[in-house]
Amino acid sequence: MAADAVDDAQLRDLIPGVLAALVHRGADFATAEDAVQEALIRAVETWPNQHPDDPKGWLITTAWRRFLDLTRSDVARHRREQEVFDEPPPGPTEAADDTLQLYFLCAHPSLTSASAVALTLRAVGGLTTRQIAQAYLVPETTMAQRISRAKRTVSDVRLDRPGDLRTVLRTLYLVFNEGYSGDVDLAAEAIRLTRQLAATTDDVEVSGLLALFLLHHARRVARQRADGSLVPLAEQDRSLWRRDLIAEGVAILQAALARDRLGEYQAQAAIAALHADAQSADETDWVQIVEWYDELVALTDSPIVRLNRAVAVGEADGPRAGLAALSELDPTLPRYTASVAYLHERAGEIVTAAELYAEAATQAQNLAERDHLTLKAATLRHWG
Amino acid sequence: MAKYLFLKHYRGAPASVNDVPMDQWTPDEVQAHIQYMNDFAKRLQQNGEYVDSQALTPEGAWVRSDGDGKPPVTDGPFAETKDLIAGWMIIDVDSYERAVELAGELSAAPGAGGKPIHEWLEVRSFLTAGPKFTD
Repeated sequence: MAADAVDDAQLRDLIPGVLAALVHRGADFATAEDAVQEALIRAVETWPNQHPDDPKGWLITTAWRRFLDLTRSDVARHRREQEVFDEPPPGPTEAADDTLQLYFLCAHPSLTSASAVALTLRAVGGLTTRQIAQAYLVPETTMAQRISRAKRTVSDVRLDRPGDLRTVLRTLYLVFNEGYSGDVDLAAEAIRLTRQLAATTDDVEVSGLLALFLLHHARRVARQRADGSLVPLAEQDRSLWRRDLIAEGVAILQAALARDRLGEYQAQAAIAALHADAQSADETDWVQIVEWYDELVALTDSPIVRLNRAVAVGEADGPRAGLAALSELDPTLPRYTASVAYLHERAGEIVTAAELYAEAATQAQNLAERDHLTLKAATLRHWG
Repeated sequence: MAKYLFLKHYRGAPASVNDVPMDQWTPDEVQAHIQYMNDFAKRLQQNGEYVDSQALTPEGAWVRSDGDGKPPVTDGPFAETKDLIAGWMIIDVDSYERAVELAGELSAAPGAGGKPIHEWLEVRSFLTAGPKFTD
């Protein structure tokens, strides 16, 4: 009989519940997390030949045995081991609440954002240290240290206290932002983890974030050419946009907005939805987009949001109005020069635009953007 | 997280505060310097902030293509080259402020008389491959 490959995402969906079950039985978080990782490896090895009827139960049993081994082998922990053995047998309960607590723990405010990202991907996401290291282009030893330090940092955090959902959302946002790197699709992983989170909590901003991810992810194929170069929104082939993800994102967003508790992720998702809604770039409702940016400015007071708003004003009211809005902002903001260049191009001032694009290329923060801006400058100079 | 490169120059950087060339240090001073650098790297590894570090030989050559079917042309080394890279360290940290803090520590490695060199290190940030998502 041919062995069935184990569905990786499905397997990893079980992780938070398995880890929570171990912690529930009295295991310390750091050791339990190691035990769950090892159980996962066992699952990938053995399930193709012998798939358990109750995968989650199998993982809990295997991880628990492994946890006992790890604790036994550690003489210094002998006393704690005794306490663990004296724990009452596990009840059937480890509910959505426990999963939520794990998200809180892994994004605890005492962690740096990089540590929170790494710990979340491993302990909640079930990725291996090697996968995380490859995704973030650092040596595996470095990532292993980052994760074990993060575990130590949160080792005294009590799991029965409410955590801070904002740091969890921020962490997921950072994971999504990293996109695709190494052999792990971090954007897809962020969506999976946010879906899981949305199933455990009723917060409107979790919905907002999930909608934002889906709406943005829907455009991914159209956003980059095969060689990795960028395709600006206005030039994207909209037939490549994933309609299923857009429909899902819009539905989630509408349900969230109907509850009338606006937050920054809902507002960002609303802007993404307006782009998704336009059949062509010319049909984009820029007036409404500017209104959403006004909401976002009120919510976040972020200079980056003001910059994006100015570009939207340039589309809604003409490039002169956009340039006027930009002139009130700090010219050292990332993408400031690129935005000025774009609005001059829209105004037909090709020579100025070409010069500004070339200048913007030297300030770009990533290769794809730099290449795009260099190409814009060259194109305008040679073909106007 | 962002990656930064610390560049150490043989030549081309402004003068250090404790500006005695390494070949005039005592063996103990050299040993103390090496120990400091190793401890620094090890600490960053344990922090989860270390990516890579390498040292370069002072001598290099210029190489360019000379057209199809011909071997590349080499030239140099040029002793008069104004700037010379001695080596680098790559770190992966949360902020530019953290990168500057660490470069400051590295610059304080002990030199002649066991006193900190206070040498100038060049700090450069990496371009990432792709854009972060924004609308």
